[in-house]
Amino acid sequence: MRRDGNRTPGGRPAIPADRTVPGLAAAVLVVLSTWWWLPGWAVNMLALALANGLVVLGLTIQIRAGLVSFGQALYYGLGAYAAAMLGHFAGVSDVFVMLAAGVAVSAGVAAALGFLMARYRGIFFAMLSLAFSMILFGLLTNSAALGSTDGFGVPAPTFLGFAPADNARLTLFLFALVALLALAIACAAHRYLRSAMGWTGEAIRENEVRAAYLGAAVRRAVHVKYVLAAACSGVGGVLTALLIGHVTPEDFVYWTKSGEFVFVAILSGTGSVAAPFVGSLIFELVRSYALQYAPDFWQILLGGTLLLTILFLPGGLWSVFRAKRRSGRP
Amino acid sequence: MTTATGAVLEAEGLDKRFGAVVAADNVRLTVSAGERIGVIGANGAGKTTFVNMVTGYLKPDRGAIRHNGRAIDGYDPRRICRLGIRRSFQIPQLFAELSVFENMMVAVGIAGRERAGFWRPLRNPETAVEVRAALERFDIDSYADRVTGELPQGVRKLLDIAMATVGETSLLLLDEPTSGISAAEKGAAMETVAGALATDSTATLFVEHDMEVVERHAERVVAFYEGRVIADGPTAAVLADPEVRRHVIGPELHRRA
Repeated sequence: MRRDGNRTPGGRPAIPADRTVPGLAAAVLVVLSTWWWLPGWAVNMLALALANGLVVLGLTIQIRAGLVSFGQALYYGLGAYAAAMLGHFAGVSDVFVMLAAGVAVSAGVAAALGFLMARYRGIFFAMLSLAFSMILFGLLTNSAALGSTDGFGVPAPTFLGFAPADNARLTLFLFALVALLALAIACAAHRYLRSAMGWTGEAIRENEVRAAYLGAAVRRAVHVKYVLAAACSGVGGVLTALLIGHVTPEDFVYWTKSGEFVFVAILSGTGSVAAPFVGSLIFELVRSYALQYAPDFWQILLGGTLLLTILFLPGGLWSVFRAKRRSGRP
Repeated sequence: MTTATGAVLEAEGLDKRFGAVVAADNVRLTVSAGERIGVIGANGAGKTTFVNMVTGYLKPDRGAIRHNGRAIDGYDPRRICRLGIRRSFQIPQLFAELSVFENMMVAVGIAGRERAGFWRPLRNPETAVEVRAALERFDIDSYADRVTGELPQGVRKLLDIAMATVGETSLLLLDEPTSGISAAEKGAAMETVAGALATDSTATLFVEHDMEVVERHAERVVAFYEGRVIADGPTAAVLADPEVRRHVIGPELHRRA
């Protein structure tokens, strides 16, 4: 007997088919193809949007559990600085070593801070995460060895011993790495969010008391999500540092950067793991066009975008796609 | 103190005060496997306090609570739940933005078979079958796709109880399973609950104000008054007890009038 996995033995449809992973894979193929048909600046913007989308994906994992971090740039910055310091001071140029270092530092710090963070919810969680990011910002701006507010340069990366011959090829390799990592992490996050552990986040957001009375280890679940989010953000930080080739406290750790991630998270919505990347791209487009054509009031345009999103699409841009599927709901 | 044979729960000399209010005064209660116990008492008599102490929400000031002979006082709700002591709530504690199906699915995901999985989608065929079966047992499967926040109280209560019954359960505490349900539907709702629970050997303790429901569904009744257990025995005997009639049933009749 053929089982289509879409119906219960009773014959009722219970499990909508999940096309997220093939969809993401197809999207990444399109993204990679842009190398040949989009101008260099656009490809660059796309790569940066994907790298930043990883940070927003981390935020999304937490937002689904009802937690908003206003200091996610802490882990973005830790990842970026860990990789940059390896390159600048230790002469390590391999991207995979840099990535491993960035993830280890961001996830390691999150694992330690998580013991405190997991005790807080709501505004306290948000403000405490902001406080930690401001401490790192203060440390970095006061550290002459790390270039203080000017930061320092990140040497050109190599790929498992292979050094691209020219700048164009280096950019292509980096672009491909960003796209494939974004795909892999988005797919993993998708699996995680749909698993029993992932749904525990929804339970915590909706009713923490009930979650505990079902036997959920609420604090541990929040702690794990905090570390996962930090790891995603760390990867985003490493990749952005490599793409830009320079790290500064203001670009990587300052609170406005954290605010930007929250902005994109709200713009995107939490409906799909693809949303943070789409949202990031739209954000980059709006910002650069606004900067170019309306340099005096680009913040007004960004603010207006957010206002319209909250008013008309409270579930984020992704809710446009979901509206049809959830027709049974109000 | 030796462990009584077959006792799922032993509560010994439980005291709990909230300022000047005595919520539990030397409460002593033993529950055997498979028993169905009705807990009665006027508002503020200490029924919910007892449930809260057993499930780890409140810590007794004094006394001991044992589950299958093991001391559990001081455990948090999660650990107590993991031991197989489950509860439902007077005010349904649901995941309001999720559908009935998703609520039950999350309960299965956390309390049941799927727990701690981080890779396999929770919305899988086996879980779906389990969720559907549970919803059918409680006669709420027709609401499966509705968001719980918008449902009538009776359905919410049944879902709340259904979620409490997921997984290995040795003792189920139902805090006013029929409260908030109209008088006309109370009986039917309790029939549904009793029917759903009839097949397993879980000891059930339910707090109830409606004496008809108690008479019909409890084989043993425990009566609370001002934080004390004033009667504990077979249903008919306790309901006929003059002290119970004066302190519990009288006020209840007055309450209903």
